[in-house]
Amino acid sequence: MPYVPHTPDEVREMLDVIGAGSIEELFAEIPEDLRPKSFDLPEGLSEMDVLMRLEAMAARNATDKASFLGAGFYDHYIPATVDALTMRGEFYTAYTPYQPEASQGTLQAIFEYQTAVSRLMGMECSNASVYDGGTALYEALMMAVRKTKRRKVVVSEALNPIYRVMLDSYTSNLNLEFVSVPHKDGMTDIEGIKAAIDKETAAVMVQNPNFFGSVNDFTELFKTAAEQKAVSIISSYPVLQTLLKTPGEMGADIAVAEGQSLGMPLSFGGPYLGIMTCTKKMVRQMPGRIVGRTKDTEDRTGYVLTLQAREQHIRRQKATSNICSNQSLCALRALAHICSLGEQGLRRAARLSIERAHQLADRLTAIEGVEMLTKGAFGNEFAVTLPVPAFDLIGNMLEKGFVPGFPLGRYYEGLENGLLLACTEKTTEEQIGVFVEMMKGALK
Amino acid sequence: MKTIFEKSVPGREGCWPCDGIGEEAYIPRELLRDGEAGLPSSGELDVVRHFTKLSQRNFGVDGNFYPLGSCTMKYNPKFTELVAGMPGFTRLHPVMPQLQGAGRFCQGALEVMYDTEQLLCELTGMHAYTMHPMAGAHGELTGVMLMAAYHKDKGNKKSKIIVPDSAHGTNPASAAVAGYEVVSIESRDGIVDPEALREVLDDEVAGVMMTCPNTLGLFETHLPEIVSMLREVDALLYYDGANLNAIMGQMKVGDAGFDIVHLNLHKTLGTPHGGGGPGSGPVGVSKRVEPYLPISRVEKMEDGQFALSYDHPKSIGYVAPFYGNFGVYLKAYAYMLRLGRTGLSRASEHAVLAANYMRKRLEKHFEIPFNRTCMHEFVASAVRQAEKGVRALDIAKALLDKGHHAPTVYFPLIVKECMMVEPTETESKATLDRFVDDLIAIAEQADADPESLHQCPTTLPVTRLDETFAARAMQLTQDMVED
Repeated sequence: MPYVPHTPDEVREMLDVIGAGSIEELFAEIPEDLRPKSFDLPEGLSEMDVLMRLEAMAARNATDKASFLGAGFYDHYIPATVDALTMRGEFYTAYTPYQPEASQGTLQAIFEYQTAVSRLMGMECSNASVYDGGTALYEALMMAVRKTKRRKVVVSEALNPIYRVMLDSYTSNLNLEFVSVPHKDGMTDIEGIKAAIDKETAAVMVQNPNFFGSVNDFTELFKTAAEQKAVSIISSYPVLQTLLKTPGEMGADIAVAEGQSLGMPLSFGGPYLGIMTCTKKMVRQMPGRIVGRTKDTEDRTGYVLTLQAREQHIRRQKATSNICSNQSLCALRALAHICSLGEQGLRRAARLSIERAHQLADRLTAIEGVEMLTKGAFGNEFAVTLPVPAFDLIGNMLEKGFVPGFPLGRYYEGLENGLLLACTEKTTEEQIGVFVEMMKGALK
Repeated sequence: MKTIFEKSVPGREGCWPCDGIGEEAYIPRELLRDGEAGLPSSGELDVVRHFTKLSQRNFGVDGNFYPLGSCTMKYNPKFTELVAGMPGFTRLHPVMPQLQGAGRFCQGALEVMYDTEQLLCELTGMHAYTMHPMAGAHGELTGVMLMAAYHKDKGNKKSKIIVPDSAHGTNPASAAVAGYEVVSIESRDGIVDPEALREVLDDEVAGVMMTCPNTLGLFETHLPEIVSMLREVDALLYYDGANLNAIMGQMKVGDAGFDIVHLNLHKTLGTPHGGGGPGSGPVGVSKRVEPYLPISRVEKMEDGQFALSYDHPKSIGYVAPFYGNFGVYLKAYAYMLRLGRTGLSRASEHAVLAANYMRKRLEKHFEIPFNRTCMHEFVASAVRQAEKGVRALDIAKALLDKGHHAPTVYFPLIVKECMMVEPTETESKATLDRFVDDLIAIAEQADADPESLHQCPTTLPVTRLDETFAARAMQLTQDMVED
């Protein structure tokens, strides 16, 4: 049997030590009527056969199409070093660093990750990560609710709708009141959000760039929130964060992000990385693992999990969250990605992505009937209004080998003709040229 | 060892130099950050060295026996990485199947999801699964949300969830986070006591969360009685799958009367723990709880094609942005195909064999609080050694010096000075013997020279670390150190 090393003789010896006649005897406590009536799993296959079967399944996913699909999840280039380093068994097959002396590698890596994402976001502290960008937003909201003991939440409708539906699900039993502030032609309605904040407001939640790709400065908004003692929460996009005004500079209390773009493949939705950063005064509300630096008995620097009184294994039902571990390996990948590209390489990826998106926007809007929906400054993603419903056009373009983007009508009523397109540094000028020609043809 | 930030040299280029396209051409200055972020700048070889050196300061299953109770640190088969790395999977954008007419471009991935759910149903006797939860604790939260939806739909007024005192901390935390009051009950003889349960069971109880075998490694023998008690007040029975590695092929939790279960694929089905995630915590349900499962769901159509469905009006909604940690359960799927029916049963049989073997070999040297046939793990206590001033923590550190990762210490909370040992089925008898011999030697050292054990570990990159200082100094980033 695969991965079970014991020989029949060894099994015999072990049973003799135990004083049992057979392995079956060890399961005597399971009553007869709880025994499985059937166990109809297929019999095992060889390694080779499993691989061949899964290769055939992988081949039934069309991943060869030129894609302009983003919506918060982007196909950035991942340097070869990321896999090579993070697949090392010492990292890969370890677990949560409960024994710090034997886990300095994992712990120091998380400390470095915490430093890198805090700097990226311009924030003071970070945790060791949570599951993804959506659960990070939910946890941030819970931090705000605990901190303020209030129940009203003001949310921008220009915040990724994939996350907004998650927030609805998570809070459905929690007696919170959500105030959704509609977007204005794809723009975050800052004045509308300001007007919705009052003394009952626990949190204000916005995104930069917003779902439509529009880049904002929320400094004034966060000031208004602070005046009412509401917690300001921002979701951002880490690759562009190398260039854009930071949540910290804007005065955010909590800044979260989906870290997928920092070295995680798209991989059909996971595993991804929930980045969570906050100000020092919020840190004791933070969920999950946090690593801190300390000293050993010889006065050497070392790292441990710290502030554990926040956590479920110590505080049980009074914990800040039920989260047990984190997405440690994904955080490690993010760190390896950031270190491999370096500050300059990451800025370059951001710049190139922005440049390509602007080229694409210029050429698309030159087609008759295609208008920019995104107003003002945008990064590597933008929305256009088409002369036809986006759903139909997408089907048509898929046939031609292109994934043209995200149909905004999926979440926004009245934007059935809206299409959201993203570029990364992997998008080539040639792809853009062919794509625009095809779009012309499809829109005739 | 210096951090990568301390090693960084400003101006040194990584693997990709920055050329001169200015972002100001596209984005006004006032929307840009003030100066650079302060990310590392190192040459590629320096980065490779840094991470390699970091990895050498870590124990992992590939290099060390890792008998961390409750965590099932079994060997992670290497071929599953090849599967998770196939471009047909890694390059697939999760929004693809949600686009009109694009379902046929993701049939392979949808089939993986569907098939994994089917296999898990058969493995555990549940009616349906969702693959969306991204970790065990996330599965618990999803499960408690399902419980709440079930009761709401039936018009039941429920406010409490019962959790045994031997449970993982995540159980009460998950119940509380979902808005329930947590009632803890005391175990008797190491297992749930139906009498204690009866005392707190009333119409307000939404459900009971159980781990079976429990965290002491003991089978919950009163299960049938507990199931019928819960039926009387329409409360649901929840199964924490942390310890499923003990009972594959021996018992199907769905048949036993559990309504909701979460599994930990990174434990039971051998996907790497990654230093603490990513895992995968799919949730299975009985027929009566199925309507509430998260969306989307994956379905097999009459023509054999797979599709996502969203039309489930009673669903709790979305717990994940897409379909869970696909790349993780892809590995678990490959593992199940590889082992199959016999391999999975055999895994549990040998996990239980190994745990009992170690328990018997250790019983003369350590207190074993519930010394009877255990399942896949057992709890030993260092109370005898503690009389000489040697605590479970000291023993754990001494084991590190001998090249083993320590067992889980000080959990479950109901046993003093406890050490929870889970060998798994993948360790050879020679490894088990070496660990037991080392542990016996430590027990003898505790008797002869207890003081010497307070210094352990002495052979690792650092000696014992000051956790009190860490909490007080709060140096959570390089910048907080320098402030």
